[in-house]
Amino acid sequence: MTINSAEALKEHVAKLKSAAAPETKILVSMGTCGIAAGTTPVLEAINKYIEEKNLQNAFEVVEVGCMGLCHSEPSIEVINTVSGNSIIYGDVSEVQVQAIIDAGADEIARGTKTVERTWYYPEKEENTTNAIQAKVVLKNSGRINPEVLDDYLVNDGYGALAKALCEMKPQEVVDEIIASGLRGRGGGGFPTGKKWQFAAAQKTDEKFMICNADEGDPGAFMDRAVLEGDPHSVLEAMAIGGYAVGAHTGVIYIRAEYPLAIKRLRIAIEQAEKAGLLGKNIFGSGFDFNIELKYGAGAFVCGEETALIHSIEGMRGEPTFKPPFPAVQGLWKKPTIVNNVETYANIGAIIRKGANWFKTIGTAGSPGTKVFALAGKINKVGLVEVPMGTKLKDMIYTLGDGIVDGKKFKAVQTGGPSGGCITASMIETEIDYESLKALGSMMGSGGMIVMDEDDCMVNVAKFFLEFTLDESCGKCTPCRIGNKRLFEMLEEICDGRGTMETLDKLKSLSMTIKDTALCGLGQTSPNPVLSTIKNFEDEYLAHINEQRCPAGVCTSLISYQINDKCVGCTLCARNCPVNCISGEKKQLHEIDQSKCIKCGVCFQACKFHAIDKI
Amino acid sequence: MSSTFAPGAKTEEDNLLVKSPEKLAELESYIDSLPLSENPDRNRGFLIQSLHKAQEIFTYLPGCVQQYVADKLKLHRSEVYGVISFYSFFTDQPVGRHKINVCTGTACFVRGANKILDEFKRYLNIKEGETTPDGKFSLGALRCVGACSLAPVVMLNDKVYGNVTTKMVPEIINDCED
Ligand SMILES: Cc1cc2nc3c(=O)[nH]c(=O)nc-3n(C[C@H](O)[C@H](O)[C@H](O)COP(=O)(O)O)c2cc1C
Ligand code: FES
Repeated sequence: MTINSAEALKEHVAKLKSAAAPETKILVSMGTCGIAAGTTPVLEAINKYIEEKNLQNAFEVVEVGCMGLCHSEPSIEVINTVSGNSIIYGDVSEVQVQAIIDAGADEIARGTKTVERTWYYPEKEENTTNAIQAKVVLKNSGRINPEVLDDYLVNDGYGALAKALCEMKPQEVVDEIIASGLRGRGGGGFPTGKKWQFAAAQKTDEKFMICNADEGDPGAFMDRAVLEGDPHSVLEAMAIGGYAVGAHTGVIYIRAEYPLAIKRLRIAIEQAEKAGLLGKNIFGSGFDFNIELKYGAGAFVCGEETALIHSIEGMRGEPTFKPPFPAVQGLWKKPTIVNNVETYANIGAIIRKGANWFKTIGTAGSPGTKVFALAGKINKVGLVEVPMGTKLKDMIYTLGDGIVDGKKFKAVQTGGPSGGCITASMIETEIDYESLKALGSMMGSGGMIVMDEDDCMVNVAKFFLEFTLDESCGKCTPCRIGNKRLFEMLEEICDGRGTMETLDKLKSLSMTIKDTALCGLGQTSPNPVLSTIKNFEDEYLAHINEQRCPAGVCTSLISYQINDKCVGCTLCARNCPVNCISGEKKQLHEIDQSKCIKCGVCFQACKFHAIDKI
Repeated sequence: MSSTFAPGAKTEEDNLLVKSPEKLAELESYIDSLPLSENPDRNRGFLIQSLHKAQEIFTYLPGCVQQYVADKLKLHRSEVYGVISFYSFFTDQPVGRHKINVCTGTACFVRGANKILDEFKRYLNIKEGETTPDGKFSLGALRCVGACSLAPVVMLNDKVYGNVTTKMVPEIINDCED
């Protein structure tokens, strides 16, 4: 099948919509986390039961991408396509499958756990339930089979491309994106329309559209969810961008750690080419656009756009000084747009519904939504998409359901290794680009790592510095050597060897690195240090002045000792990985401090509070 | 990372190519399938994907394979080595039959990944990035495999273990047969 005009697309979609389909749909979450948590056997059980009972005409099973409910995987959703009723089940096991299918979409199956829907779809409906989440970017993720083109088409897929190519001039597309106020979701927040305008103004024979799918921030998985759950939305947006700026080649640079996303992108590109939605003369408009995939190879700095371009060119991924900006001189020295996956995933909706509609979501300075990956010490780890300006509190306590084991919330790290922490006192903050910057953190790509009272902030800063050390490309001195010195100073403090002078040096070297490093990696690498010093100076001081780690994390500063509550149950001794606990049954036990590796296993195992962490 | 940098030497690793012609043929047909002639100045843009393929076939990238890829793409061997040494995904050292990778991404870190990594080190008596003397296990660290909800996470070859505790370390190791 080829779709060679806007009319042909409309006809095809109309045909799909009128085709007979089973009344009940079962969506099974087959993203990376779903599969890791064991969705595959559940899917098999569902298919088997439907086949056994000959229910093929009543039920359609759809393998979908991430629904965002990582905390309750394996998750499935049962929908009645006629009444619209839907039930979401979490932590589904194979044995529950029969009951779930028998109950259908109108009744909750017994012995199961259901998950509340906390989102609405701004493109389709009013927010009548006061849902916190608004799904624009993730509107198809978890709803459609990402490996079936028709599933995308029937949900307005490629409609925006048809509109842009057949009804709009390139400049009108650029103007619409400028008017929407869309800002880059890759971290910097640069206005996307403005970037496109720069490239559009360049008069050259060749330009490129690049999609940055390197998603290097560890603990963040927004882009992966989009690529796994709705790959065509990115392809469509890249083609729209290509039309707007005059590029005919798109390149998606994706990290090699995402095999499933790579597979689904490959399938999507092939499908789009076959259907004539990519390639020559798309929709009969005379516009040609092709997309190729390039792979990363495990280098965080390659997320930086100039480094990324070098990597695509087959070189070491070292950044270069800007200007010239890629929009003027990028891939193979040609004008190049580099945009993030999530940025692209907004484009279709903006073209379909218009800039004014887009601006009704979010805040004046940061219109639209943002996808965040909530992870760490939070009950409901997962992916959420909220309008800009949503309160941090709502995300952590309502969507995230608070802190694991009812512990005390301490901080949330945004912006990954380039960002900073936001503390409990700032929990009322309405999140957008400006507010986070004002707090000394940054939006970053959307990773949010929640930390509780058991996390030592000095150790957290050390962790991020270690990451930067690993990932620094070594090209500029401040980053290569400066960060190493920062790391060593943090190590000193964590080991109880730090002094007040160390702390002062830490601050002043941090400022120097920020001012002098070549690229965004080095310029932002001291942020976690500065931000933890600013917000948790007391913890630094406790390490320095009292040789004490208040959270009980830094192993040099703690020891485990058995107190007289010990009843001699031997549980600790049996669990100790280095066998350093001795004692007779029913006798007080003892830890050999010279052998103890301070792993804390005994502390966790003891049922009698007989082990003290000092 | 150190390399056995012996151009044209008759080392044991050179035998790799001689001993496994089918592997070499697979790599050759992959590189030949790339649109190399379209714009020769841009051939090096195919380098990283060729190295991915080569590592998939040979499990690591010894000098002879580097040379082979360099010749095919008309690059200098040093350019290829420069790329291999830059990207952590590529290795020019043989790896173990089983690859254990502990996720040390931020989500796993706050949920105790370091303790898990330490336990693997202790149990296997090797450091991160090393292989056991019998060639059975390689131990490494990864930055986020995208299963943050299951943190801390360990990958054994392609299998993901979630909510790992130090107690599970011997069990995971025992899951590997030979
Ligand atoms: C060290 C470093 C790492 C980065 N990593 C990423 C990344 O993983 N993904 C991304 O989209 N942008 C990343 N960026 C930002 C890119 O350089 C670039 O600004 C972005 O891709 C532009 O797209 P946007 O305007 O759509 O956000 C990184 C920047 C720096 C300095
Ligand atoms: S941080 Fe370990 S899986 Fe994401």
